[in-house]
Amino acid sequence: MKKIYLDYNATTPVHPEVLDAMMPYFKDFYGNPSSVHSFGQETRKAVEDAREKIANLLGAENPSEIVFTSCGTESNNFAIKGIAFDNKDKNCHIITSAIEHHAVLKPCEYLSKKFGVDVTYLPVDKCGIVNPDDVKKSITEKTVLISIMYANNEVGTLQPLEEIAKIAKEKNIIFHTDAVQVVGKIPIDVKKLGVDLLSISGHKLYAPKGIGVLYIKKGTKLHPLLHGGSHEKNRRAGTENVPYIVGLAKACEIALKNMKDENDRILKLRQKLEKGILEKIEYVQINGHIMKRLSNTSNISFNFIEGEGILMSLDLDGFAASTGSACTSGTLEPSHVLSAMGVPPEKTQGSVRFSLGHYTTEKDIDKLLEILPKIVERLRSMSPLWEDKKRSEIRD
Amino acid sequence: MKKKVLVLMSGGIDSSLASYILKKAGYEVIGCTMRLFLCKKKSSEKQCCSPDDINEARRTAQQLGIKHFVVDKKNVFEKYVIENFVSEYLKGRTPNPCIICNLKIKFDEMLKFAKGLGCNFIATGHYARIETRDEGRGTSYWLKKGIDKMKDQSYFLYGLNQKNLPHILFPLGDYKKTEIRELAKKLKLKVADKKESQEICFVEDADYRKFLERRLHGLKTQITQIKPGKIIDTSGRILGTHEGISYYTIGQRHGLGISVGCPSYVIKINSRKNEIVVGKKEELLSYEFLAEDISWTVSPPEKSPITADVRIRYKHKESKSKIYLMKNNTAKVIFEKPQMSITPGQSAVFYKKDIVLGGGIIKGIKPCVISARSGK
Repeated sequence: MKKIYLDYNATTPVHPEVLDAMMPYFKDFYGNPSSVHSFGQETRKAVEDAREKIANLLGAENPSEIVFTSCGTESNNFAIKGIAFDNKDKNCHIITSAIEHHAVLKPCEYLSKKFGVDVTYLPVDKCGIVNPDDVKKSITEKTVLISIMYANNEVGTLQPLEEIAKIAKEKNIIFHTDAVQVVGKIPIDVKKLGVDLLSISGHKLYAPKGIGVLYIKKGTKLHPLLHGGSHEKNRRAGTENVPYIVGLAKACEIALKNMKDENDRILKLRQKLEKGILEKIEYVQINGHIMKRLSNTSNISFNFIEGEGILMSLDLDGFAASTGSACTSGTLEPSHVLSAMGVPPEKTQGSVRFSLGHYTTEKDIDKLLEILPKIVERLRSMSPLWEDKKRSEIRD
Repeated sequence: MKKKVLVLMSGGIDSSLASYILKKAGYEVIGCTMRLFLCKKKSSEKQCCSPDDINEARRTAQQLGIKHFVVDKKNVFEKYVIENFVSEYLKGRTPNPCIICNLKIKFDEMLKFAKGLGCNFIATGHYARIETRDEGRGTSYWLKKGIDKMKDQSYFLYGLNQKNLPHILFPLGDYKKTEIRELAKKLKLKVADKKESQEICFVEDADYRKFLERRLHGLKTQITQIKPGKIIDTSGRILGTHEGISYYTIGQRHGLGISVGCPSYVIKINSRKNEIVVGKKEELLSYEFLAEDISWTVSPPEKSPITADVRIRYKHKESKSKIYLMKNNTAKVIFEKPQMSITPGQSAVFYKKDIVLGGGIIKGIKPCVISARSGK
C-alpha cells in the first residue's frame, strides 16, 4: 500500500539536498567550532555561514541576531523565561493568547505558578484571530512581554502581527512570536514585522529534528536558559550542533528559492481538497480563517463522529493526518485551540487536520477524496449521534 | 482480502498472545489499548491502564509487527462502569465491574469502534470459546467455557448475545494458560514474565474502601453518604456498629469488630435500614434467589422452568438448579442443594455443561428455612 503523508505541520522529511549538505560535517569536518586549530576553523566557518544565510531568510539586520537552539520548544522557553528572569525584580506581566502551542503556554504556566508572574491569555474570535485592541487593553505598566504566535499549528490562522508589534513598540514592550509553522512557507521579514524575538524550528521546513533558532533583535536583553561555555555570545551554552546548523541553513536557502511557486501549488491542492470534501461529505465545517491562513493547513470538523476514528481509519488506508497537535495526541481532551475559537465540543471531537507539503501531489488528494467519504460514512453508521440526527430528520 | 480484527491489548500476556495467534492464523491484526481511567500510580505490576501498560502493549505490538492504537474511553468507562460500581456498593451490594465492562465497553462501544475502522471482528484474550451451529434457520453462535477449566472466563461474558457474538473472536479458548505462557516465552515477548492481574483494574491496591472514600469525598447528598449503623443478629439483637454498609460483603467474617463467642459472618446487608445482619456459617446457606436483568446468549427458553447448572460467583463451582422465568427479565433460581454466600450484585450464570445459556444479576436471597430453624 502506498503511504500518503498529510501531516507536514507535525514534521517534515529531511530534504535530500539538506542531507547532502550535512553529511560532511559528521565525520570529515568534525572539529569543535570553538577550537583554535584548523579543524575548529573549518566548522566555525560553516556555522557562521549558516548564521548569515538564516539571517538573510528572516531579514535580520545582523547575523549575530541568530541564536541556535535545539528546537522550537527551546526557542520559546528561552524567549519567555529569558525575558521574565531578566525582569525578576519587577512584579512582571506577560500577555499571550489562548491558542498558543504548549511550548508557549506551559512556560507561561510555569512562570505564573513558580514565580508569581502574571499572565494574560487573550481570547480569539471564531476564526482564531487575536484582536489587537485586546492586546492594547491588557497592557499594564508591569507588562514585559507580549508573545503571540504567527500562525496557529492546528488551524493555520495568521495573526495581525504587525499591528500587535506596533502596539508593543509604542509601549516599549518586548514582542515575541512563535513562527515555527510559518518559516519556509511565507516570507518572513523580522524588521517589517517589528518583532524582537522569533522562534523557528528546523524540522518543520525539511531540516532534521533537533535544531531551532531564536532570533534576538540587537539590544534585547534576556537571560540564558543554559549556562556553561561562552557559545553563541554567552546566550546559549553548549557546543554548536554543526551538521544540523548547516542543514537548517540549507533548508532555509531552498525554501527561500522556491517559496512563491511552492506556496501557489500547495494552495491549489488545498483548495481542491476542501472543495472536494465540502461537495462529497455532508455536515462538515472548515475551522480557521478562510483566507488569512497558511496555504498548507486544513482543519475540518466532521460532525457526529470522533476525529480519532477518522485518523485511525485513514492510517489503515495509508494516510497520515492528525487531530490537532501531535504533541497532545492520544487523549480525548478537546483541542484548546478549537475550544478557544468557540467551536462546540461535539465538533472539536470530530476535527481532523490535514497539512500538505512538498511531496503532496494532486493524485494524493484525489485518492484521499475517494477514500475519506467512505470512512466518514462507515463511522457515522456506527455513531449513536448520527442515528439520533437521522431519526430527527425522519420525524421532521 | 484478509479479514481485519481489532484486538484489545491490555499490555498483558493473554491479549498479546491473542494478537499473535490471530496474526498467525492469517488475519490482519490491529492492536488497540484503551485508556479507561487516570492512573495515579506511575508504575504498577498488577494494574492495566497505567502509562507503563500502554507502553508495554505498544512495544508488544511492535514486536509482533502489527499496528497499534491507543483510544481514550475514559468517559464511557466512568459512565457505565465506575458509576455503577459505586452506586452498587452504596446499596450494600457487591458488584462485578468486569462483567459490565465486557458488555458496555469491550463488546459494545469498542465493537462499534472496530466496525467503524472497517474491522470484521473484535478479539480479546479471554479464555472462552464461541461455537457456530447451523440449524436450518441460519447460523447461531454459542458461548462456551475455555478448555482450560482453571482459567475459564466465560462467567464474565454471559451478557453476550447473537448481536455481538458473530463479530467476536476468543483465540485463547482452545489453549491452556500454561501453553500460552510457554508460547510467550518461546516468542521472547517482553510480557512473558508478567504477573497475572486479578484485581479490579481501577481500584488501587485492591482497596475498594479507599476507592469509595476518595470518590465520595466532598459529595454531601443523602444517597452518596456512607454512614455508620447497627450490626444485629437474626433475632434483632444489637451486637455493635458498622462503618457503613458499603464496606461489607456477604460471607465476610473478619473486621466486624464484634465478639459473640462463636465465628460470625455477614449474612445480610439491609440498605434501607442501614443494618448489617450477622449469623453463623450455616446461616449463609440458601436454596433460592431472585435474579434481574436476565439475558440469554442464543435465545430465551421456550418453557419454564428449565434446569441448568448455575454459578453464583467467578470461583464458584456451578450447581444444579431450576430456573423459573418471571416478568420484567427476572428469574427465580432454586438450587437442588443449598449454596453458601449468595451475594446480591454478583452475577448468576446459567450453564448447560460447557455452554453458557445466559445469566443475570443476583437481587434478593430467600433465607434458608433449615438454617433459620436451627438459628432459633
